[in-house]
Amino acid sequence: MTTELVNIQPLYQPVKMSGEMAVFSPEVEAEIDWHLAKYPSKRSAILPIMFIVQRERGYLDGPGVSYLANRLSLRITDIWEVATFYSMLHTKPIGQYHIQVCKTLSCKLLGADKITEQCSQKLGIKPGETTADGKFSLSLVECLGSCGTAPMFQVNFDFHENLTTEKVDQILDSLP
Amino acid sequence: MFIGAIGCEPLQLRRVHLENSHSLDVYRANGGYEALKKALDSMSPDDVINEVKKSQLRGRGGAGFPTGMKWSFVPKDSPKPKYVVCNADESEPGTFKDRYLMERDPHMLIEGMLIAAYALGAKTNYIYTRGEYKYLIDIMDVALDEARAAGLLGQNILGTNFSSEIYTHTGAGAYICGEETALLSSLEGYRGHPRMKPPFPAVSGLYASPTVVNNVETLTAVPDIITMGGEAYQKLGTEKSGGTKLWSVSGHVNRPGVYELPMGYDDMEKFIMEDCGGISNGKQLKAVIPGGSSVYIMRADQIIGKDVRMDYEGLVAGGSMVGSGGFIVMDETVDVFESTKNLTEFYKHESCGWCTPCREGTDWLVKIFKRIENGGGRDGDIQLFLDLCDNIEGKSFCPLGDAAAWPIQSAIKRFPEDFEKHILKN
Ligand SMILES: Cc1cc2nc3c(=O)[nH]c(=O)nc-3n(C[C@H](O)[C@H](O)[C@H](O)COP(=O)(O)O)c2cc1C
Ligand code: SF4
Ligand code: FES
Repeated sequence: MTTELVNIQPLYQPVKMSGEMAVFSPEVEAEIDWHLAKYPSKRSAILPIMFIVQRERGYLDGPGVSYLANRLSLRITDIWEVATFYSMLHTKPIGQYHIQVCKTLSCKLLGADKITEQCSQKLGIKPGETTADGKFSLSLVECLGSCGTAPMFQVNFDFHENLTTEKVDQILDSLP
Repeated sequence: MFIGAIGCEPLQLRRVHLENSHSLDVYRANGGYEALKKALDSMSPDDVINEVKKSQLRGRGGAGFPTGMKWSFVPKDSPKPKYVVCNADESEPGTFKDRYLMERDPHMLIEGMLIAAYALGAKTNYIYTRGEYKYLIDIMDVALDEARAAGLLGQNILGTNFSSEIYTHTGAGAYICGEETALLSSLEGYRGHPRMKPPFPAVSGLYASPTVVNNVETLTAVPDIITMGGEAYQKLGTEKSGGTKLWSVSGHVNRPGVYELPMGYDDMEKFIMEDCGGISNGKQLKAVIPGGSSVYIMRADQIIGKDVRMDYEGLVAGGSMVGSGGFIVMDETVDVFESTKNLTEFYKHESCGWCTPCREGTDWLVKIFKRIENGGGRDGDIQLFLDLCDNIEGKSFCPLGDAAAWPIQSAIKRFPEDFEKHILKN
């Protein structure tokens, strides 16, 4: 359901291990198997599995991409080709809390610029940046399908709608 | 936010306010899966397609193609598997109706897809949802599990020899993946680049097999068509366009929301000024984009006192299009130059980069907007905009290029003063 307030989970746990190729727990492997089983072609599962790798690794890092190539029997370049096309896939580190302010028309008409400005000030970063401690990233994004409840932002996977200055304060202050 | 019907009994929205409306129990207690039962028990696949034809249902994803006709293009004797794919990408700015259908009545979509799958002989079906709607995928997955456990999905549905599966699939933030052929590329695991048509997906779609791609609202209309019969459904709307239509209303109105109106609702002015509560903060109406960002912008005086009818023909006569029904209202304080710049930035960002006119053209358009905004307007900029749009419209590989040109062309024609003001600033 649309979340009004607030129990936002971090996008991922920081990864400690590194190596040539990522290794996942049996539970995560089972989840990946379930996606592979949905399609007659392995390659179709690339986006769902990328989301899982991204969740587990923080972003699509080298070991994660090697894993994907291996698991899907594709070349590394096939993986990058897809990863760089879609705006929700990250090929660089991203904050644990990703604040994505919608900048498209309906939100703009109802004050999206102010919301961006406020987030920017509070977090001390400009859109497109991540805080030095890696906690927060701020992005401007295109329409998220909440135009009737504009202005809005999405924090990780939670929609926050009908934003006001007070609400933005409350949400950002609540993030651990 | 308002969610409900005006000018008719709620049809597609009739369960959304019930408690636990998303659950199988509530769905079944309110007539759910009766249509599927009826189709499987007493209708042949051709009967189903005929009912949908009679209903005059037109696709609700934007292009308005007659659904029954689309279904009848699927070859009956193909040795290849067939697929029904639900387009739940919903990335058109101003459009947010499909979301509430899936959030509050997911079984209606499952039932609609199963009836379509029965009509077309599809054993595997996908719901392609934009990745940002993760919470909806979770709701859909739970509903699919419920349906599976109840024998409504999977093997031998309702004890018949009809078997069909539905899976959710997540996109990852690309508007172009709402275009049906790009959606199929994405579902196959590639970049979301559109494909040449023909062949149309009905003949060669997913994995080069016959595929029907339909919008969420289109598929959720199907159970009621089967229950009440195609003719009765058609009569809710107009002769050429049956049923009811959802409009997502946003911007400067007192009561934004998802409105279900009979197709052919006869007064756009009344819709804005009364049904949607009028313009917020006591301001005057300036402009409306009635069908999502990809249609022509309308001036207030094209609406006020004009009896614009809200259906495909009516909106074309009024100077715009139904599109996806994303109704964006702007008050007198709005600068149409800025609004158009905002939409052009959207198209530039979302251009998939496959073809030159759209990739380079949208980038160039944004650069001109920025130059003008920074005080660098020149004589001839209006003509430059129009020339560029001419070189994108009709010359790009897919309709996204046209969609980028239309807002500018119509805005310049209908609000020239807003453009001149900026261009003449220096
Ligand atoms: C750039 C572009 C974006 C589109 N986005 C969507 C979308 O988000 N949802 C949708 O249902 N149709 C979208 N469409 C329309 C689809 O291509 C297709 O016509 C539709 O899904 C067919 O379903 P229908 O017949 O039920 O309307 C888009 C088309 C274009 C050209
Ligand atoms: S018109 Fe734009 S979105 Fe469509 S194929 Fe060309 S570059 Fe891609
Ligand atoms: S315009 Fe912001 S959610 Fe649609």
